[in-house]
Amino acid sequence: MVNPQMVMYEEEFNQIQTVVDHLVKSANARSVFIVDKNGQLIAASGDVEHLDTTSLASLTAGNIAATGGMAKLLKENEFATQFHEGERANVYIMLVGNRVILVVIFDAKSSLGLVRLRVKKASEELNHIFENLLKKVAEPGGESPFAEITDEDIDNLFND
Amino acid sequence: MSFINLMAREINCKIVYYGPGLCGKTTNLQYIYERTNPEAKGKMISLATETDRTLFFDFLPLALGEIRGFKTRFYLYTVPGQVFYDASRKLILKGVDGVVFVADSQIARMEANQESLENLRTNLAEQGYSLDKLPYVIQYNKRDMPDIGSVEELRELLNPTNVPEFEACARTGVGVFDTLKAVAKLVLTELKRGGP
Repeated sequence: MVNPQMVMYEEEFNQIQTVVDHLVKSANARSVFIVDKNGQLIAASGDVEHLDTTSLASLTAGNIAATGGMAKLLKENEFATQFHEGERANVYIMLVGNRVILVVIFDAKSSLGLVRLRVKKASEELNHIFENLLKKVAEPGGESPFAEITDEDIDNLFND
Repeated sequence: MSFINLMAREINCKIVYYGPGLCGKTTNLQYIYERTNPEAKGKMISLATETDRTLFFDFLPLALGEIRGFKTRFYLYTVPGQVFYDASRKLILKGVDGVVFVADSQIARMEANQESLENLRTNLAEQGYSLDKLPYVIQYNKRDMPDIGSVEELRELLNPTNVPEFEACARTGVGVFDTLKAVAKLVLTELKRGGP
């Protein structure tokens, strides 16, 4: 199969969370997300309690996928960044290492210039972490944590 | 491509409902949404045209419960069925873990079913997937309509490999959860084997 399973380990998860937490502060952002290209939320930080993060993640991935499709038609490799300007909230989106999507939501307390600057550094760090993670996932012997589940376990999930 | 978060003990899988225009993909998701406990579902998102035709996708996150301490979540997507939205359909298939093909049982839609199934195979192949290797089930929808083909006819045309098949009427919900359960089981069984 073309796509290996995406597995997130504790070590990398903590590293990613540290980068994301730091980015919220340094960019003066409202919130920051990391989303995988298939729309799964990987990490979030900042004011996320009142946000529907699952839906946002899915829509962001759809957005990036559509933009990627446009890039392909225009014979571009990718459009790595997007910026959506609202009345109160702005969204800056960046594709990191063609693998994950970094989303920064900010308001008048910050500026596009500052966000761009801080995102650049964070994306380099994230790229490095995800490269290591992918190597780890691809290593042989990394047995699926689900190898031991039984048919009964699966059936039980549907028995209510 | 399933996403396993060992830290948060979560497993997320993506299921795509595919099929010709107006076959009932969105209706399947709407029924699931209506009949699922509020705590087990997220918001259903539909990116549709003004006439309620799917423009990009519908999305419904479902939490099925725990399996060996892992929260199991299924993300259900539909594709736009209309022929000219092919570029969008390809995008939705990225990272898919399981496919439901929703066929329209009406005799007048047989050609559309076949075209859509062929299109599914082509679009999957473009991304290196093979429908024969993916968790995959078929739903024969609209069994309550007049002028429908028999299950035998539909099987012969659309299910030569004999994957699990279900008769359904998505508007009233008949067969909707049977279809979902079957594909979800196949996805989890595949995960157990270490794929996809």
